[in-house]
Order: sequence, then C-alpha cells, then structure tokens
Amino acid sequence: MAEREFLLEMNRISKEFPGVKALDGVTLQVRPGTVHALMGENGAGKSTLMKCLYGIYSTDAGDIVLDGNKVQINNSKDALNLGISMIHQELHPVPFRNVMENIWLGRFPTKGAGFIRFIDHKKMYRDTKELFKQLDIDIEPDVMVGKLSVSKIQSIEIAKAVSFHARVIIMDEPTSSLTGVEVEHLFRIIRDLKKRGVAIIYISHKMEEILRISDDVTIMRDGSKIGTWPASELTTDMIIAKMVGRDLTHRFPEKENVPGDVILKVEGVTSPIPKSFKDISFELRKGEILGIGGLVGAQRTELIEALFGLRDIVSGSISLNGRPVKIKSPEDAKRLGMALLTEERRVTGIFSVLPVHENAAIANLGKYRKALFLLDGKRKKQEADHMVEKLRTKTPTTRALIMNLSGGNQQKVLLARWLLTEPEILLLDEPTRGIDVGAKFEIYTIIKDLAKQGKSIIMISSEMPELLGMSDRIMVMSEGRLTGIVDGSSATEEEIMRLAAQH
Amino acid sequence: MLNTNKINTGRRFQGFASQYAIYIVLVLLIIGITIYNPSFLSVNSLRDILIQSSTRAIIALGVAFILITAGTDLSAGRIVGLTAVISASMLQSSDYAARFFPNLPHLHVLLPIALAILAGLLCGLVNGLVVSKLNVPPFIATLGTMVAVYGLNSLYFDMEPNNSQPIGGLRKDFTAIGTGYIGEGQYSVPYIVLIAIFVAFIVWVIFTKTKLGKYMYAIGGNIQAAKVSGINVAKYLIYIYAIAGALYGLAGVLEASRTGGATNNYGNMYELDAIAACVVGGVSTTGGIGTVPGVMVGVLIFTIINYGLTFIGISPYWQLIIKGLIIVAAVAFDMRKYAAKK
Repeated sequence: MAEREFLLEMNRISKEFPGVKALDGVTLQVRPGTVHALMGENGAGKSTLMKCLYGIYSTDAGDIVLDGNKVQINNSKDALNLGISMIHQELHPVPFRNVMENIWLGRFPTKGAGFIRFIDHKKMYRDTKELFKQLDIDIEPDVMVGKLSVSKIQSIEIAKAVSFHARVIIMDEPTSSLTGVEVEHLFRIIRDLKKRGVAIIYISHKMEEILRISDDVTIMRDGSKIGTWPASELTTDMIIAKMVGRDLTHRFPEKENVPGDVILKVEGVTSPIPKSFKDISFELRKGEILGIGGLVGAQRTELIEALFGLRDIVSGSISLNGRPVKIKSPEDAKRLGMALLTEERRVTGIFSVLPVHENAAIANLGKYRKALFLLDGKRKKQEADHMVEKLRTKTPTTRALIMNLSGGNQQKVLLARWLLTEPEILLLDEPTRGIDVGAKFEIYTIIKDLAKQGKSIIMISSEMPELLGMSDRIMVMSEGRLTGIVDGSSATEEEIMRLAAQH
Repeated sequence: MLNTNKINTGRRFQGFASQYAIYIVLVLLIIGITIYNPSFLSVNSLRDILIQSSTRAIIALGVAFILITAGTDLSAGRIVGLTAVISASMLQSSDYAARFFPNLPHLHVLLPIALAILAGLLCGLVNGLVVSKLNVPPFIATLGTMVAVYGLNSLYFDMEPNNSQPIGGLRKDFTAIGTGYIGEGQYSVPYIVLIAIFVAFIVWVIFTKTKLGKYMYAIGGNIQAAKVSGINVAKYLIYIYAIAGALYGLAGVLEASRTGGATNNYGNMYELDAIAACVVGGVSTTGGIGTVPGVMVGVLIFTIINYGLTFIGISPYWQLIIKGLIIVAAVAFDMRKYAAKK
C-alpha cells in the first residue's frame, strides 16, 4: 500500500463565537515528517484552529482525519490518546516537583501487587534517562523543575509529548522566550522528531525562523485560509503581503485630532531586567495618538507599565510638560494626570463582584471627600453614571455587577474609570482585544474623540489595521528595543512588520 | 429579545433567593423553635440573645474587614484575651484582696479601656505590616500573631504577685458597662447591646460611605486592579488590620466587664466563631463581598442556635453538628452563586 500523503487533515473547519466567525471553512493538510508553519496576524484564527485540533474548542462544522480515519476530539485527553500534543506558549509545569515526575504525571510507573502499589521511582528515572537520550536532551531527571530555564522546561514538555507517542506536535510560538543558542537546540530536536515521522505544526511570527525550519506554510487571514505553499517558494515579503492584503476603508473613524506641543518626553528608559526594554526614547504630543507596534515579546506592555509606575526603571528619564518627573507607583502616575488601561481586563482591570458604578468611581474617590472621612456617595454615583452613559455603555443599570457585561462594555466602564480622573495622558494596552467588531468601532470613536479634545494617547496594538487606522505616529519595538518611529498616514504594514522582526 | 428577558427574570429570582437566603434561614430557625416551645418568643429571650450576641458581633465585624480584603484573621480571639486581661488588671476594686497591681491608684475608668483598645490596635497594626510589607499570607501572619499574643498575655498574667490567678473583684463602674441597662424591668435595654449597635452603625458607615471602605472592597475584589487604579494597597491594608485590632480590643474590654473578670484564656477560638458568623452572613472568603447587616444576621443565627436549641433541650453536641453543617452549607451556597456567573 502506498504511503498516505497526509498524516493529518482538518477539512472545512468552521467555528463561531457570539458575534464573530472565528474560523470559516479552514482546511489544513499536514504531511508526516514535516514542519508545517501556520501564519497570520493576531486574530487570524491560528490559535482557534489549533484549539479545535487539541480538543479545547468544539468545531461547528468540518471534520478531522488522522491517518485516514475520521476522529472525534472532545477534549485534550482524546487528543493525547490519538497522538496529538501541544506545547503551549506559556508553559505550566509543576514547579516544586522534579523533572521525571512532571513528565510522567498522571501515569507514574508502579510496582507491587494487587491493591498495594508503590511508585517505581527507579523505573521512572530509567525511562526518563532513555527518553532524554533519544532526544539528545541533557537534563538530570531528578532536579526540581522550578530551577530550570524556560528553554529546558520546554525541552521537557517536548519529551513529554514524545513519551505520549505523539505523531502530531503543535508548537505555539515556541521561541518567544528563547535565546539564539536555545533556538538552535530546539531546531535540533525538531529535526530529530521529523526523522521519526512526527509532524509539527509550528506557529510563529518570526519570518526568518519559519523559512529556515518549515517545509510547508499555511497562511490565514480573518478566520479563512489564504493558501498553503512550500516554504522553499516563499520569501518574507511574499508572506507579509499574503498575511496582510486587505483594505482599510471605513473601519476607523475620521481623523480630526491635531497634535500640538510635546507633553511627554521619554529618554533612554531602560528596565532592570536584561531581556526587557532598553534605551527607549520618544516624545508624545498633546492631542496625539501614538501607536506602539511589535510582536509578542517586544516588551511593549512592560514599557508602558513602567511609565505608569508599575515596573522599575534603572536608567533614563521622563519629563512631563518639560519638568522631569519620577513615577514610582500608579498613585504618582495618577497624580500626574496619567491613566492606564491594561491588556488583561479581567486580571488587572475589573472588580468583577462590584457594581458598574463602583468600578467606574474607584480611581477617583479622592474627589468626593466630604466632612470627616465621609464620601459624597450621591455625587460619586451621579458622576460615574454620567460618564458610563456618555460612553454609551450597555448595562441594565449601573448597579449591575460588571462581570455580567460583555467585554466591550467592561472596557467602556474602565475607560470611564480613568476619564473621571481627568487624565492628560492615556496609556492603552490592546484596548480592543477580545472585543467584537461593532464595539471596536465605538472604542475607536471614543479614543479619537479624546485626542480631538487634546488628550494624548499611547496605544499598544498587535492588530496592524488598528495601528495604521488609529495612530498619528507608530513606534515599533522589537525584543525590547525601539526599531523605528513611522508616520501613521504613510506607513505600510510591510514596513512595520519588517521593523517588528528586526531583532 | 424574549429570550434575554426570560434569563433576566430567572437571574433576578435567583438573585433574590441568594441575597435573602440568610434572612430566610433566620426566620425559619425562629419559627421552628417557637413551634416546638412557644414561650421562646419573649422579651427576655430576645434580650438574652442580644446580650450574648454583642461581643461576638463586634469581633465578627472586625474579622469582616479582613475577610472582605480576601484575608483572614486567626489572632482575633487571642487579642480579645489580651485586652480583657489588660483592662481587668487595672480596674479592680481598691478593697479587693488579690489585686493585680496592689498599689495602683484609682484610675479613670476610660484610661485602662483606652489602653486595652490601643493594645488591640497595635496587634492589628503588626498583622497589617506583616501582611502588606513582608508579603506574608494573612493566614500565616495572623497565626503567628495569635500564638505570640497568647504568649505575651500569659507572661503579663503570670507577673508577680498575680501568678496566673484569675483576675476578679472588678470595679462597679467598670462592670456596669457590661451588665447595666437603660430603662426599667421588661423593656430595659442593656448598655452592651447599645454599644454593639453603635459599633455596627459606625462600621456600616465605614463600609459604605468612606474611601477606606470602597478600597477594602476593591482590594478584596481584585488586588491587581486595585494597584493599577492607583490605590496604595499596603497603606489601606495596614489601616484595615489596625481597625480590626481595635475592635477586638473593644470586645475584650466588654468581655471582662460583662463577666466581671479575666484570664489569659479569654477569647480562645472566638475568631473561628467570628469567621463562621461572617461566612454564614454572606461574607465571601474569596474577598470583595460582605455587608454589615449580613454579618449581624450571621452572628444572630449562631446565638439563636446556641440559645434556642438549649431552650428546647437539644444537646450541645447536636448543636455543634448543626453549626458545622450550616457553615459548610453557607460556603457551598456562596461558591455556587458566584461560580455560576463566571
């Protein structure tokens, strides 16, 4: 019998979330013993597709064929049993246990008889040694995982996948936190896996890496597949052109703001963490929207959190309206007229068990002080309600708990929280992440209005159209360094991509 | 549209049921006991229940501050013991034979009381500093305080010439606070009940009308978001632990005054009763949720179980089993309520 051409076929997969068609009839065919790169902008549907394959999401339509057999994958256990493993971007080992226990967790070898069974540590040690030898991994099986570097933990995760007899291994941004040498080691392991006939689905934004390691490349955009090409026929420019290719008309409100004088000047700002941002200098003007572009790991969030006093800065200076300032805490930042909308709305933004109006008022309580220690509750609620309403937040009443609101409306409440403090500078970190298309436009309108009123805005965004459609200027970061500042009206996605992938 | 309306109505009903669940439990408990023995419903029972609830309520309110910040306080009971001993040691009658300080002049009654409350406040301050500055989890920080405060109290209690003898013979002007009342006969109102109601009112004002109260809910609701919102989390946690400590101090003073004495074992394990009352009263152990009326009802439920079930002759051992079930049921209910909304 002739060998089957494809080990894995995902046929016409569709997946819809409320209000968003995340995947629209996507087909992915993976040959055995190859690296298949999956590319696309953030939000193109790569992760959703992989989550469907790994059983985290159910599919609305389409089927998955593994080795010629149609399979049903309802959870990650099904996936593992079928030989499909996933190495997540964020690794989750059990830190205070040793390497071998992490690998064999849930299926420890045992010895003894009948009901009395003990864990066979010797066998586990031997098995681990053997596994590592096969993969050329040099880690002692009995060291604590918490002491290992990210790269070593990743090797352990790969070994774990191999120990499950994985035939398909999904790697989501596997090199995002690795150094050059560590990347080489990963590639060696990948080549070795290929020789054993394992197929690897490789998600990455790094063009150079993709072109080096992969055999086939599938490109996605807006939940659809654009096509699959042999990597040897592609160039970086071609990939970018295929990933981008869309028009930008009417997705963003008209530009009406006029940038004025410099309000914020940042010079040579550097983080104490070596791999984080270094030597960043830029200026922000009154009434300007300054976009920050870059790939995952570009340290954009770290930079603006440092500007807001949430992270340390070892050198460099910040001046506001020409006066040098020290921002040691968010209170300092708030006092200086700054506001921060964080990327992780649920983790660092909302107080889920509190009502909408309390969520909106919390950063501004100092203004409602009455006699003694009492607050003017009535005025507080009135002003909060007014602001929430002004941003056209959809909520039955402002007494509703914020956790019952949609993502877009929660974001508006958080905007209201900061607008109540009457800030001059707003730092927005991925302000439309996880928000559906309609609400996005409303958020864009609010941001443009603020700029028109003379507020200055720094906006991190990983969505190219958003960066280009919103920003007056765009500064691009790569691996913690500033690689360029371009004009928002004349810049192209290709230009930004190139700057973002510079380091 | 129709569909969403339906969901809303359903939610509203669930919301109603869960919001008022403890009040319903309270009423059912009273009805049950009354059916069994109608003489339970009397002014005397009510007064007894309120007196027994008073110090517990003050401790529970202190613990509520901490629980709402998503912390916990194991030291409450031992702080009550320390402050009971401090106040009692300085407020014995001059003619009492075994005085703690034989040569102590007659002090104004408020001075030892203030000292005791200050001692409670300082203990709370230590808790707050350890939690917020040294980042020790509240469970461990207050466990340490609980053990150390008991040691400190025992050293004080064992000083010459007292040598760990129970402190008795307290002055009339001091015991009057815990045992006296306004009015005559059946409709008299004990001072201690009035004090507890006054404290509850003040705490209610703090919870609902001050910056500290709002920040307390915010810190407990999401400490990361609180920091990002420009709240000085460390500062407010220290304030909150100190206020709680002062409340335990007040409770210790009232315990000494009510019982007319004190030993170093006063207050032992009171924190567990207080935590239980808070939890049954709807304070979430995961933080951010809790009200003063809820805490008061939680305290009342436990007192009524104690008093009412004794009244109808149910063994105290059975009472413990019932209490245990109520605590676990309350938290299971609470968890379900919020898990469903995720």
